[in-house]
Amino acid sequence: MDWLRELARRLSMLIHRRQFDADLEEEMRLHLELRQQELFQSGMMTDDARAAARRRFGNATYLKEESHFAWGWESLENVAQDVRYGLRVLRKSPGFSAVVVLTIALGIGATTAIFSVVDAALLRPLPYPQPEQLVSIEDDLPGGGARDVGMSEPEWQDLQRSGIFEYVSPAWFDENNLTGSSQPARVRLLIAAPNYFALLGVNPQLGRIFNPEDHSSGLLPEVLISDGMWKRAFGGDPHILDKSVRFDTDLYRIVGVMPAGFDAPGRTAEERNIEVWAATSFYGAPMPDHPPRNRRNLPTAIARLKPGLTITDAQRRVDGLVASLQKEFPGDYPLQSAWTVRLVPLKERVVRNVRQSLILLLGAVGLVLLIACVNVANLLLARASARGREMAVRQALGAARKRLISQLLTESLLLSLFGGIVGLAILFCTKAFLLHLVPDSLPRLNEVSINWVVLLFALLASLVVGAIFGLAPALDAGRVDLTQALKEATRGSTGSGQQARTRRVLVIMEFALSLVLMVAAGLLLRSFWDLLHVRLGFNPESVMTVRTRLPYPNDPKTDIYRTPAQQAPFFREIIRRAGTLPGVVEVALGDTASIPLDESQRYLKRVSDGYFPFTLEGRDTQSDQPALVERSSVTPDYFHLLGIPLLRGRLFNELDDDKVPQVAVVNEAFGQTYWPGQDPLGQRFKSIRAESPWITVVGMIANARTESLAEANVPQIYQAVYQTGAKHLAILLRGHLDTAAIPEEVREQVQAVDSTLPVFGAQTLNATVSAALSERRLSMEMVGLFALTALLLAGLGIYGVISYMVSARTHEIGIRLALGAESRSILRMVLREGLGLAIAGAAVGLVGAVIVSHLMTGLLYGVKPTDPLTFAGVTILLVGVALLACYVPARRAIRVDPLVALRYE
Amino acid sequence: MHRDEIPPGTLYLLILKTLGRSGEMHGYEIANSIQRISNDVLQVEEGSLYPALQRMLMKGWVTAKWGTTAGNRRARYYQLTAAGHKQLEVEMSQFERVIGAITRVIEAV
Repeated sequence: MDWLRELARRLSMLIHRRQFDADLEEEMRLHLELRQQELFQSGMMTDDARAAARRRFGNATYLKEESHFAWGWESLENVAQDVRYGLRVLRKSPGFSAVVVLTIALGIGATTAIFSVVDAALLRPLPYPQPEQLVSIEDDLPGGGARDVGMSEPEWQDLQRSGIFEYVSPAWFDENNLTGSSQPARVRLLIAAPNYFALLGVNPQLGRIFNPEDHSSGLLPEVLISDGMWKRAFGGDPHILDKSVRFDTDLYRIVGVMPAGFDAPGRTAEERNIEVWAATSFYGAPMPDHPPRNRRNLPTAIARLKPGLTITDAQRRVDGLVASLQKEFPGDYPLQSAWTVRLVPLKERVVRNVRQSLILLLGAVGLVLLIACVNVANLLLARASARGREMAVRQALGAARKRLISQLLTESLLLSLFGGIVGLAILFCTKAFLLHLVPDSLPRLNEVSINWVVLLFALLASLVVGAIFGLAPALDAGRVDLTQALKEATRGSTGSGQQARTRRVLVIMEFALSLVLMVAAGLLLRSFWDLLHVRLGFNPESVMTVRTRLPYPNDPKTDIYRTPAQQAPFFREIIRRAGTLPGVVEVALGDTASIPLDESQRYLKRVSDGYFPFTLEGRDTQSDQPALVERSSVTPDYFHLLGIPLLRGRLFNELDDDKVPQVAVVNEAFGQTYWPGQDPLGQRFKSIRAESPWITVVGMIANARTESLAEANVPQIYQAVYQTGAKHLAILLRGHLDTAAIPEEVREQVQAVDSTLPVFGAQTLNATVSAALSERRLSMEMVGLFALTALLLAGLGIYGVISYMVSARTHEIGIRLALGAESRSILRMVLREGLGLAIAGAAVGLVGAVIVSHLMTGLLYGVKPTDPLTFAGVTILLVGVALLACYVPARRAIRVDPLVALRYE
Repeated sequence: MHRDEIPPGTLYLLILKTLGRSGEMHGYEIANSIQRISNDVLQVEEGSLYPALQRMLMKGWVTAKWGTTAGNRRARYYQLTAAGHKQLEVEMSQFERVIGAITRVIEAV
């Protein structure tokens, strides 16, 4: 408690220190006067008495300081003094301060902006209670080379009963048709177990969640809807609860509305922006009563671990469970397939796809900030040489070296803090605009905010930045050789040799950092360029796709589109009607999987059977792992419309319907993979599902990159839509299309056939292809922008150093010229100086670039991380910029008038 | 007349003892009192009283308040606190221990 009272006394002294100093002054004066008086009375002369009193008292100024220091506040007072002085210095050179503050503001602003995204997406835990207990369950069949293949209903039950999890819920992303409102709409639906919301631990803003213990068969007759859907489709009706809505011809009761900003933990934007949640226990119509073990129709599952269980513990127990199930059901789990179940932190599932790009961006912007720092350090050094005399004089007057350094550091920190504040202000003002630039595919976008973590980051970044760029000039000032500096100052300062060395090192660093960034940007640019110019194998020009969807009523008997035969008249009528639209030359129909490169539907394809497990005729199903392949169902004109050539055999025709044996067209890669060295025509394969028919290959088409831009040889099979049927439909149109009018025109035609069907997702195929590149484009553009900034800063840096060198050596150059040196040799001398710096920087940078480029291998396509062309090109570019930046001061050097230069001093 | 510097570290003790004996005093009185009682042997650099008094104020051994002198001048009077009295005892016993030890060393044959 004593220290508390002591602190209180110290604080009161700090607050009343003016009074304190006055009191001390008065009491010392009294002492001196009393002593003087006494001595005077004892017979001394007045002047002698005063002198003797002072002698006996000691050094009053020193004693006053000592008394002041006794209270231990001098460091604080020094800081306050430094800050006051620093502010005065900054105000005195507003131009210089503005340049520095703005440079830092842009650096800190950009870094903080990227950091706020990284913070929201990668650092912050998911916005659910106890997020560390949430996992994603992923089933792999590494034997068949398949990952994340989904699970079957019995497997889900096994996990539920295992005692490892509090709750397990499959999450089945699907679409649905909302009818009954003015216009039929397609909604994004998530079918989950009734325990889904209890598992996540979230509550609706209105109503209630599903009863987690409700295990009745079929789909529960109730749904929850999103805030967005509530406002859009129901006008935010406060009495929405218990109202009925019609999804896919069935009636459901709305029991809850989720709060705004609630995102489902999904991998893609489509999966996260769920509009409707439905619940089921995954058995009973419309699903089979006793789903078989090997039918992996539950595409993903999430779970909450029992309290206190770590993921590692849980994984160990799951491994045990898997082993015992494999023993119990050897028929369902052939050893070769090597079935495994992985537990992955749920957050990982959401952010996995973007982690590397985000870290790359943060690294890139951090480098830019560092380069900006180095530039500012250079500016400060230049100014420090102008202030060399001030520092020398202050030191000569007895200022401690430590105080001078802390004074300079305080100035730097003030600059960087102002920079940080301005940067944050810019960020606040442009936040809405910047968020607009971020693609929707980024997870957790709605969680991006400038919160205290971000503010703390900005503050720390500012302090670190200030320390970095303040350290060089401060240490430099600390090393001042007094006599030298004072002597120099009288005849125009040139800066010490030490300082020139520091500035050179800084420029070299700057070049090295820029080179690293530019190599990264160059590699990304080359990857992007290569992807942009791959031979697609299909022609996306003047093609549009429009989507529609046939309903799945819960009672199959009421389904008017149940069989391919029932669907065929609808398909034919749509094709006929679409063909009459203005500009349309060709029409084809397919399922969702048939839309080339459609990333947004990646996971939906599995649900609509786009992911096709099959076995080949003549192979033993026990020893051969069933393979998975992408399958599309299409009408005969599909291939011609997309310009994919037939290599052998035939395409489909109108006679391939459900009355004749099923046929398939495969691509070249499929033939080479599964029947290497054989003729695929006439070969047969079938789905691994019970009672599925044999499918005969009748044609082989050329490979096309319809599945992935990056991979040329993805095995693919196509079936006739009149044989397989399809409910998630894509209408493909080719011709001179009015892209603005087509969506409405197609809607009219489709709804003229069936007014309950939604029509949506109209997009040109070119847009779809370009969307497949959007993430790469963004990271390439951002890193490219950062690299250009870095190049500019590095150019400015070397320009500054060389012009400084030229002006410092004007005298010398003048003498050289007077003695008859050719201007060419002067030019060469200056350029050589700059070139030396650039090459040294490039050499250091190349080492860094090799390391960084290897770290980003996963983001590259078609180029090696050590691509010589990129490395050489970037180095040449950088050296070129350096020469250009040196050329300007070099020209100034040769124009030096010897007379002026010599008279200069 | 020759005057001895006071041994280092004893300044606090001298001030504490002086104040303990006579209650309230201002700085000049303290300096005079130390000189007078030591028969002018102990010479304090008079100014150094003030930093020492500040430290004692901070530690809470003394309090200060403004008053008027006999000559009707404003002066700051210092007074021991309870903590000051305790500190005086501590310093006294420490001093005696040290002096005792030194004496024994010197007188040892």
